[in-house]
Amino acid sequence: MHIVICIKQVPDSAQIRVHPVTNTIMRQGVPTIINPYDLFALEEALRLRGAHGGEVTVLTMGPPMAEDALRKALTYGADRAVLLTDRCFAGSDTLATSFALSRAIVRIGETFGAPDIVFAGKQTIDGDTAQVGPGIAKRLGLLQFTYVAKIASIDLDAREITVKRRSEGGTQMLKSRLPCLITMLEGTNEIRRGSLDDALRAARSQIVKWSAAEAGIEDLTKCGLRGSPTVVKRVFAPTTRAEKATQIDTTDKTQHGVADELIAAIFTRQPALEHELAFDGGQ
Amino acid sequence: MLKAKREAPPSAGRAGIKKELPEHFRDYRHVWVFIELERGEVHPVSFELLGEGRKLADKLGIQLAGIVLGPPGEATQHAVAEAFAYGADLVYLVEAPLLADYRNEPFTKAMTDLVNTYKPEILLLGATTLGRDLAGSVATTLLTGLTADCTELDVDVDGSLAATRPTFGGSLLCTIYTLNYRPQMATVRPRVMAMPPRTDKPIGRVIRHQLSMTEEEIITKVLGFKLDRQSAKANLAYADIVVAGGLGLGSAENLQLVTNLARAIGAEYGCSRPLVQKGWMPADRQIGQTGKTIRPKLYIAAGVSGAIQHRVGVEGADLIVAINTDPNAPIFDFAHLGIVTDAIRFLPALTEAFTRRLSPHSHDKLAS
Repeated sequence: MHIVICIKQVPDSAQIRVHPVTNTIMRQGVPTIINPYDLFALEEALRLRGAHGGEVTVLTMGPPMAEDALRKALTYGADRAVLLTDRCFAGSDTLATSFALSRAIVRIGETFGAPDIVFAGKQTIDGDTAQVGPGIAKRLGLLQFTYVAKIASIDLDAREITVKRRSEGGTQMLKSRLPCLITMLEGTNEIRRGSLDDALRAARSQIVKWSAAEAGIEDLTKCGLRGSPTVVKRVFAPTTRAEKATQIDTTDKTQHGVADELIAAIFTRQPALEHELAFDGGQ
Repeated sequence: MLKAKREAPPSAGRAGIKKELPEHFRDYRHVWVFIELERGEVHPVSFELLGEGRKLADKLGIQLAGIVLGPPGEATQHAVAEAFAYGADLVYLVEAPLLADYRNEPFTKAMTDLVNTYKPEILLLGATTLGRDLAGSVATTLLTGLTADCTELDVDVDGSLAATRPTFGGSLLCTIYTLNYRPQMATVRPRVMAMPPRTDKPIGRVIRHQLSMTEEEIITKVLGFKLDRQSAKANLAYADIVVAGGLGLGSAENLQLVTNLARAIGAEYGCSRPLVQKGWMPADRQIGQTGKTIRPKLYIAAGVSGAIQHRVGVEGADLIVAINTDPNAPIFDFAHLGIVTDAIRFLPALTEAFTRRLSPHSHDKLAS
């Protein structure tokens, strides 16, 4: 089987700082990583290849430096990596991104064989929209399963797939058909350590680099800023509350003394709570 | 002079500049809120959105409609009635047996057909697993803009929807517009907006629409549904009291100090993101921008540093109590009450003090 997995290179959000005057993200020196949610999808793709044979192609759209993320994906054991990179993609929102990626997936299909499954992460840690996966599915006319906790079975001959999908209050078991697009839930598997062979292979591998034209994208009005219906008009830092927390003094007090004082302070500020707690809590 | 008079440059076709809406978009009117009905229950985020939708509709002087998609029966009728009780002026209803369980295909079909027929100006959905699955498909089918996880919705002077959302893990906020496309779509996470008051109202105007799809056309079949074993998990976002632990607790074992306190005061418990990444707590207990947003009456954060991504998810709490050894921890910038102490030592004392304080009342109750 052929599996395509879409990943994104993101700044390591734990180390992001905002410039105090210009309110812009200070990217300089911030390390980039593969979007952590994508790793669960990558691992699932590699597991399926292990069980059913075939190939895993990793795809990303981004600046030339996104090659690092692809090479990293190769060290985990992906067979091939495709970088979709072109200035015309700059400023893409989720609709324009799903357009470009879906065209690239069509080209991947023409070049390396039609995919049976397209994977994506649940969402990214920088944009957090969870919209690109469903967008790609719709553009390619693929069946779509988001928040998948487990792929229960795949029957390649019958072209059938059964998945467990997270819903608000439980888990849905769905039976459907290949090809489809799946976004994997986090924590559903544990990403493997790449083998030394994979690491060596990744270092030597040629990354397939496609411009818009090479990916078969002719309609540039659907790309980048021009192809993005949403417009970011204003970027600003969250306002800080003027007041800092009222500190409860702990000097010369026992932990119990401080606890009593805290509880008194809580009930002074929220008198209704004491009554509610007396009835609901304390079991 | 032969030189042609230089005209002002035409407004560039750049997306950032408002163009006149194309003629066919002028028909797009009214604010719609998707009433999320799953397994017989309306998700409360739908009512929170009706509250927001009401404000937008009033500012624009247009109507607020609830969109109900569901199987024929009492639960769907109840959802229609609740939409009116929470402020809708009218309801668009698609009732069909194949809408009994959520599946992307029929729900996307029903929603896009409704939009193409009745043309809303603004369409709001909850950012739940269902809402996000549906919103992405609908926006791509309609080729319009969708802004995810908004924390503020407003109307600009020119009548456009101004949708503000956190970005880069909450470090920045950005205001996003969908200027030249309709409808303007946005999702909002549960508990981000306040619950509006409910008032009993008679059922108003209901516009029924047929779903032009048959079960045979739907490839995906539902084999089963398993309810979460710990149903309480789902209640974290809606709990009145929440206790959370952070990295300051030092070890996974110490999390029981948090759960002990939570049990003693009838609270839900959760944690900050690093604990989920360490595998100390499951992801559905995570509180913050990428986890659950909470609005409890009381929030106690123990050993949580208060990174911006956590702050975004708890700011709606009425009273925030922070316990941290570091007096400069960012959590003290947005907590109301703070204690600079080691949570590992303090939590057992707090649990005991709460139990002591509350137990006489329990005895009163038993005696009466």
